[in-house]
Amino acid sequence: MIQKGMSVIVKTVTKITLGFILLYAVYISLNGHTGPGGGFAGGVIVALSFVHIMLVFGKEMALKRLRSYVLRGLTCAGALIFLYAATVKFSGGCVPFGAFLEKSVSCRLFNSEITLPFCEMLIIGAGLFAIFVALVLLSKSDRYDSE
Amino acid sequence: MIEIHLILLFMIAAAIVAVEARDLLSSVVAIGSVGIGLSLAFLILKAPDLAIMQLVVEIMSLVILVRATMRQDLPFSMSGRWVFNTFSTVLFMCVFLGAAYIALKNIPLGGGDFGIASGVYLREAIPATGAKNVVAAITSNYRLMDTLGEVAAIFTAVVGVMAIARRVGRPR
Amino acid sequence: MVTYILCLMLFCVGLYCVLRKRNLIKIIIGIGIMGYAVNLFIILAGYRAQSRAPIYANDQIVARMVDPLPQAMVMTSIVLELSVTLILIAIAIRIYEKYGTFDITKINKLKG
Repeated sequence: MIQKGMSVIVKTVTKITLGFILLYAVYISLNGHTGPGGGFAGGVIVALSFVHIMLVFGKEMALKRLRSYVLRGLTCAGALIFLYAATVKFSGGCVPFGAFLEKSVSCRLFNSEITLPFCEMLIIGAGLFAIFVALVLLSKSDRYDSE
Repeated sequence: MIEIHLILLFMIAAAIVAVEARDLLSSVVAIGSVGIGLSLAFLILKAPDLAIMQLVVEIMSLVILVRATMRQDLPFSMSGRWVFNTFSTVLFMCVFLGAAYIALKNIPLGGGDFGIASGVYLREAIPATGAKNVVAAITSNYRLMDTLGEVAAIFTAVVGVMAIARRVGRPR
Repeated sequence: MVTYILCLMLFCVGLYCVLRKRNLIKIIIGIGIMGYAVNLFIILAGYRAQSRAPIYANDQIVARMVDPLPQAMVMTSIVLELSVTLILIAIAIRIYEKYGTFDITKINKLKG
């Protein structure tokens, strides 16, 4: 089921709606300061959309587009940027480039309203999809097929 | 609050089905319905952030649980001291519920006032942080250390699962 | 008060599942049910009658809001619960691959 992919109707509908799902995920994660939502929910929606691609188009095609080291790199980069932004907010500008980020109200708002949810979305989306890929590849029958 | 009672009864019924079902896939679907009920309860209790979050988390864990339970059977064994163990478990639950009844007897739902910190957060959220959503103001400004720990936990989970499920290892 | 007791009954269902079931997936499900019940209990403690969600609108004066602090705490709790569930499922799949069963009474051999 997973290897061959689903029928052509599902593939076409997925091609059309995929962009809207990702757009909705970005909206949810950046709308957290003015409405319900937040970085975590947006990140899980991103991961679910990638899981959707993988279920519809098959394992090989999804992994050909999105390699495993890309996922690991995205997770680690998001975590490092999140750590830096959070440290800027803790220390009030006592880290490199921190004084620039904490100087004005708009920069502070940018830091806490764009940077933090976006990095959280990156970490959660890439990380949860990496977990799903790892658990799917773990199965014994899949291993014998691929080796 | 009749809605919240109905949703709670539905959640308890679905949880009992999830516990007692013979088939693992039915049990996983039942736990999914428990999560959807919890999301509705959050929506009724005026927590829309948590409703969205619970919904997406439920779908994610449901997908991974279905992956874990594919093509696998459920052994059902009644060996051992079945009667004694069940009796002691039920006795402990009765004691727990009785103590909870005594402790919560005089606390009405939705009555009391909240503490000093919540009042400060509600009053000063917009002037101090510029965020209209007070929950987001707390998690990303006042209590950012909490969110940092949360991200560290999910990062540790990703690293841990990829270490547990790695394919390279000792040769077979 | 009835609401609190119902919530704790949900917790007891999860506890029974953890204590009395022998399947690893059932135990993971029981831990999930207990987590749901605890989250709901914390939110119930922060609820106030006739009040609004803690989100300010542009042109409205909102008199009463529910307590935002338990919601922020529960937000962290949901994330931690997801992490714990994922790691437990990974370990359960590893155990199934090694022993060929989910029954916890049969996983007592020091094998391999």
